Formats: sequence, C-alpha cells, structure tokens
Amino acid sequence: MASEQPDRGLRGLPGGKSRYSGFALARNAMNYHQDWQRAWRDAAPKSEYDAVIIGGGGHGLATAYYLAAVHGLTNIAVVEKGWLGGGNTGRNTTIIRSNYLWDESAAIYEHALKLWEGMSQDLNFNVMFSQRGVLTIAHSEHELREMSRRVHAIRLNGIDSEILGPDEIKSFVPIINIDQSIRYPVMGGFLQKRGGTARHDAVAWGYARAADDLGVDIIQNCEVTGLRRTGRRIVGIETTRGFIKTRKVGCVTAGHSSVMAAMADIRLPLASRPLQALVSEPIKPVLDTVIMSNAVHMYISQSDKGEMVLGAGVDKYNSYAQRGSFPVPEHMIAAAVELFPVLSRLRMLRHWGGIVDTCPDASPIISKTDVDGLYFNCGWGTGGFKATPGSGHVFADLIANDRPNKIAAPYSLDRFQTGLLIDEHGAAGVAH
Amino acid sequence: MLLINCPHCGPREESEFSCGGEAHIARPLAENTLTDAAFADYLFLRDNPKGLFLERWRHAAGCRRWFNMARDTVTHEIIEIYPMGSLPKTKAGKVAHAASWRRETAAEAAAKPAKAKAPRAKKENG
Repeated sequence: MASEQPDRGLRGLPGGKSRYSGFALARNAMNYHQDWQRAWRDAAPKSEYDAVIIGGGGHGLATAYYLAAVHGLTNIAVVEKGWLGGGNTGRNTTIIRSNYLWDESAAIYEHALKLWEGMSQDLNFNVMFSQRGVLTIAHSEHELREMSRRVHAIRLNGIDSEILGPDEIKSFVPIINIDQSIRYPVMGGFLQKRGGTARHDAVAWGYARAADDLGVDIIQNCEVTGLRRTGRRIVGIETTRGFIKTRKVGCVTAGHSSVMAAMADIRLPLASRPLQALVSEPIKPVLDTVIMSNAVHMYISQSDKGEMVLGAGVDKYNSYAQRGSFPVPEHMIAAAVELFPVLSRLRMLRHWGGIVDTCPDASPIISKTDVDGLYFNCGWGTGGFKATPGSGHVFADLIANDRPNKIAAPYSLDRFQTGLLIDEHGAAGVAH
Repeated sequence: MLLINCPHCGPREESEFSCGGEAHIARPLAENTLTDAAFADYLFLRDNPKGLFLERWRHAAGCRRWFNMARDTVTHEIIEIYPMGSLPKTKAGKVAHAASWRRETAAEAAAKPAKAKAPRAKKENG
C-alpha cells in the first residue's frame, strides 16, 4: 500500500497560464509588478456543465483540479457561496500527518501525504509545505502504552513513526517542560518526521489557479439554494445566480453538509460543531516542529511569521455560528502554558472558530447517495486539512467513474447500516 | 458562551453543563424486526439543522439532572427550556419538532407501544 504512488495526471500548468518562478519575479519587478496575470478568471456560470462541485474550499478545489488533471473532465465548475478558502480551509491550524491507526485511515491519509510532497511542483504554486515533524505527546503510562501499539500498527502500514522518551523530546523541543510534577507530565511521545504544516490559503489558491488553467470555472459569491431532481436523478442546481444544468454534483461543504443533504432529502450522521483556534503575537523562532497533545486537546506550532498557532478541541454543542465558547480555548491555553512556560506572557493576536462536520466514528464520508449523480464528501470533522489533496483525488475518481476506488470504498455512507465503522476516536486522538 | 437557566438551579454558566445532542430520539421497541437502515436512523443519523434545534442538556456540575432545550444554532438564542419527557410549548419549538424528518421514520413508529394508535399521541419517550 505505502509504495503505491498516486496518479498525479497533468502537472505544472499545461493550459498555458504564465508560470511562477524566480525569473518571473525578476521580470515582473521591471514593471513594478503591474502585469501579473490573474490567478484565476472571475467566471460567470454557464447554463450547463458536465459536473459541478459545491464548495470552494481546499477539498472542493482539489476535487475539481483532479477531475480535470487526472480524468480529463474540463467542462466543470466550482460554486462557492462566499470567497475561496473562506471557510475551514482558512481557519485550521495547518497540521499535516498520516499516522493513523486503522488501515483504511492510513491508506487515505498517506495517499494525501504523498500528494502533499509533490504539490508545490504539481500546481506551480509554493504551498510552503514544511515537513517539520509532528510530535504527539503522552501524559500517562497508559497513553504511552496505547501509543506504542499505534506506532507499531502505523509502521506495519509503511508509514514512518517513532517513539521518543522524555529526554529525547527535550532535546528535540528545547522549550518544553518535562518536569514530572506538572499536571500533564511528559511521559513520552511519538513522532512522524514526514508530517508538518503548509500554508492553508496557498493550498486553495494553488488548486484554484491550476484548475482554472485546465479550464475549470470557479464561481464565487454563488450560493446553492436547491438541488433539482427528476425522480432519483440529479439534473441541476438552483443558485443565487440562476439554474445550472448538470448530471453530476459533488457536494463538499463541510459544516453545511447537512443543510445541503436536506435539499435532496438525504440524512447524514453529522453534527456541526465549532472548532476554535488562535494565534499569539509574533515572536522569534522557538518551535520548529508541531506538538500535539490528545489528552489536553491542544496542538501548537509556530508559523513562518512567528505567531504561535494553537488549536483546541471542539465545542460541545451544535452550531453554525463560526464562534465557540471561552472555556475551550482557556483550557487549552492553560495546558500549553504549563508545557511551554515561555508562552506565559504572550498576548493573543487573533482567535476564531470554524464549523466542522463531525461524524460518529471520527472518519469522513466519501460516498454516492440514493440520488443518482449526487456525491458527498464530508464528515472530516476536526482533521480535514491534512487530507485535502487525497480527499480531492479520490472524490474526483468517485465522481468520474461513479464507483469508489479502493481507498474511498470504506468511507461509504452505508457503513452506518452495515456497522463497518472506522473508529478513529481513540486512535487519532481528539485533536487532529 | 451560553447562560443556561437550569430548571432546578437557576441561571448558570455553560461550563457547568454537558450537551447530550438531539432530543426526542425514542428507542425502537421492535428492534429485532427493524431493518438495518431503519435502526441506523435511530442509532447514527442525527438532525443537524441550521436554525432552531431541540437538544438535551445535563447540569453536570450542579443538580446533574437532564432537561430539554430549544436553541437556535446560528444565533445561539435559547428559546425554551422544558422537562424531559415533554414536548416544546412555544410555537417555534412545536414547529421544529413536527418538521423533523425523524417523525416519519420507521424507528420512531416502532418506539410507540402497539396500542397507541390514536393520532398524535401525546406521550413521548425522552
């Protein structure tokens, strides 16, 4: 499994868009940067497409890009009610890893990680993918034992993973407090060196630009208000910019998936919850990796701008408000300050929430539905960003061929009837 | 941040409470004869409306008792708090209860005792 390379299709802007490079930068400097080409056209909706993707976030744009680049479908559109990457794509903490316990999860997240590794070249867009490592910390004897079981399972799937003791963690992350007397002492941890971060906005922009280069229409400020069906077949979508005829619709709307599904009388097992994150004021580099702690629902990294980026666990109630309650970040900050005393005097710069679609088994849904031609890709919950390219790649395959490939097949909606769940609650930890 | 008026203890901070998710999901009595799909409606499928939502809460760090709440998921406004085992009394709450797809499911039909054939039986589990 781990040795298979994903089919990347057409790469590097074959459609003729002008490429970004050091040379292009120098040439444009001569014109005071007045002549840069638009990254993507401001397309108006056509009356008919071969396929329409609803949702212009990372997953939706990746789906459209791979439909065009791998499957040759270019008469397609992405419709987005706001602006590109304005939802969870621009609200996550940008962590990328593939160290999941179950085989099904390992397959899809590792598929994604391989695509991340070539993404900047494929898209001719620097997504600032940085394999700085992701270190997950254990705070109890039991958690450490459970972790070593995970590490062995992950390695059997051909994915890099290693256990570190407290002293090794201290030398890897000098600012961490490994004093055994603290509330959440560091008992050990496991590291995926190929994990890391990427710039989330650049992922949306890079996919949008490359998809546009292949002829995909990207239509912003266009909200879907209805899914038109004839019998059990999708025939088009109603939008605020008129009706669009199409026989294939891929719905990738994260927190609003239940709302979209209700338009086609489909029920999903999702709960939309706020997930909060925050950044501190920028400081000099002190942390060159990603630290996660599942026990205290905290994950932290330092952005290239110097801000400490912290994420928390989900809020406890359903919401569509893109904001959460204070006790959640407060709890997370308390744990962060104890683990990293150097953070105690930092001020918070920004704090926000996104609405994530959580699934009962903490695994996504990539599935056909009872309506012919209507596909859903949702339920990524708190951990969707890392999967962006893999999710788009397998979803494009599902839409193009009308049958899931072997990576997507376990994520079908009917697993909630058959009971073949992919329970990643304990395995992936709550923080993704 | 919600200020929740516990029916037993009065207004308290949200952090004292735990949320139990969708309310009025009745366990099917005829679970052995129900299809897997109908049982999945009860077990996994959840109402997730953008707007008024009927949900269960528990005053976990207080009286530890359960109650129902009608809350808007966009504004977070709490419209109504009402006891377990009863239905909402406000107009908006009644509409939200009647409009839920769950009212039509086989699982919910199977949750009512066989003799309760009367239209719109008042008794509900949870």
